[in-house]
Amino acid sequence: MLKFFHRMASPKYFYQFAGKLIPWLGVACLGFMLAGLYDGLLVAPTDYQQGDSYRIMFVHVPAAWMSLFIYMVMATAGAIGLIWHIKLAEVMAISSAHVGASFTFLALVTGSIWGKPMWGAWWVWDARLTSELILLFLYLGVIALYNAVEDKRTAARATSILALVGVVNIPIIHYSVEWWNTLHQGPTVTKFDAPSIDLRMLIPLLLMAVAFKLFYAVVVLMRARCEILQRERNSGWVKELVRASS
Amino acid sequence: MTTANLSQAFMILLRRDLTLAYRRRSEMINPLLFFVLVTALFPLGIGADPTLLREVGPGIIWVAALLAALLSLDMIFRSDFDDGSLEQLLLSPHPLSILMIAKVFAHWLITGLPLLVVAPLLGVLLDLPGAAIRTLLVTLALGTPVLSLIGTIGVALTVGLRKGGMILSLLVLPLYIPVLIFAANAVATSGAGLPVEAHLSLLTALLVLAVSLSPAATAAALRISLS
Amino acid sequence: MSEFFHMGGYAFYVWMSYGIALVVLLGNLLSPILLKKRLLRELARREQRSRRP
Repeated sequence: MLKFFHRMASPKYFYQFAGKLIPWLGVACLGFMLAGLYDGLLVAPTDYQQGDSYRIMFVHVPAAWMSLFIYMVMATAGAIGLIWHIKLAEVMAISSAHVGASFTFLALVTGSIWGKPMWGAWWVWDARLTSELILLFLYLGVIALYNAVEDKRTAARATSILALVGVVNIPIIHYSVEWWNTLHQGPTVTKFDAPSIDLRMLIPLLLMAVAFKLFYAVVVLMRARCEILQRERNSGWVKELVRASS
Repeated sequence: MTTANLSQAFMILLRRDLTLAYRRRSEMINPLLFFVLVTALFPLGIGADPTLLREVGPGIIWVAALLAALLSLDMIFRSDFDDGSLEQLLLSPHPLSILMIAKVFAHWLITGLPLLVVAPLLGVLLDLPGAAIRTLLVTLALGTPVLSLIGTIGVALTVGLRKGGMILSLLVLPLYIPVLIFAANAVATSGAGLPVEAHLSLLTALLVLAVSLSPAATAAALRISLS
Repeated sequence: MSEFFHMGGYAFYVWMSYGIALVVLLGNLLSPILLKKRLLRELARREQRSRRP
């Protein structure tokens, strides 16, 4: 097991291993996604309060979960890269940023669309949506900083610090926004209380959540491979690869 | 030449920054003027109805304070970076995070404290009740150091970049939001005559958190930026 | 079947959400694929240029 991690630290080995892993993850992801979509769109019963519009939940909630999960992964990988100077951790951190931002964007848009039939407006300053919006800005900050620094090793380390600062702030921001929201008598948040949700609605939700996690795994590995090619472009194995592909 | 101990180094750095700022004291006015100007723009933009102004006043003043703080952040490391003394600072035998506290403290004295002096005037401009103005001062006293502390992390990350200023805003403003929420609400709540101990405790907690964590983050960010 | 598309009257909202989700997911898949292609092309070009005396 330890040898596995040790070999993983070598970019070349990781590149090849990830390349082999991606198709399997992709197939699994597709499987879960189709199962989740079928269950969520066709099998799950209509909600007596919200009608069929609640089905947006099957993309909105997993997207929101992913937006937070990916940020945690990004910050953790960044911390590992900073503390132990492991290149691969740096690569994983920055490879997560764009996907994480996309999921946050998706959560925002679907949340907003879901809100229209429910609350009558395209945007409401609901606590969860506002927190997601701020999270999006945190992601965009990481991406912007990474693009602005020329040396990509420095860039990775700088964004790791930023992600860590962000991670400390996320609970604070979340709490303060929730507090702010209760004061201003916003519209009732659609409370997603896991225990009280119908099992027939919970299962497709969990299926989609797993699908999204697998999707993230696929995309982050793909991006990580690109990042590694870029970083290791002067090494022998990359030159060999380039020659073979041209 | 004897090496200074940590507290001496701290005072030297503090005094140096204050002296340098004093020599350019006309520049110190800028964030202050910005604060007043931005606040004064709002009545022009949304109408001068006193009830409306009183209601949105706390938020306006605090947003203006955020922006003024943001604007003033660049000066923390700018001249040091340009003339190379920042790199010298990194070579110091003393813990960089403590030296960062000195720099942030100096910055706050130069840019944050003046906001407190001007704030009552702005309260009057927006017809805030007396209790609200008093709370405004307390929240500014608690909040502006947090803004300086958190903002300095952002500056440390962007000091070496060409268009650092734009990115700085994107990095720092989301982190300012909790301070804005608690402070603006405290002022509004006290204006309505209600107690604000909870708000002030939360702001104090944020301040304590910022003081304990941000110097280390700033030091780490500086080392990375200047590597 | 038409009930499926109709989504109890909420068709516009539900399908717009799923449509956007599809676009976002596909975009995330395409982006690294295109990036890799571009990267390999660029590296191949650099290799050629360096070989030319």
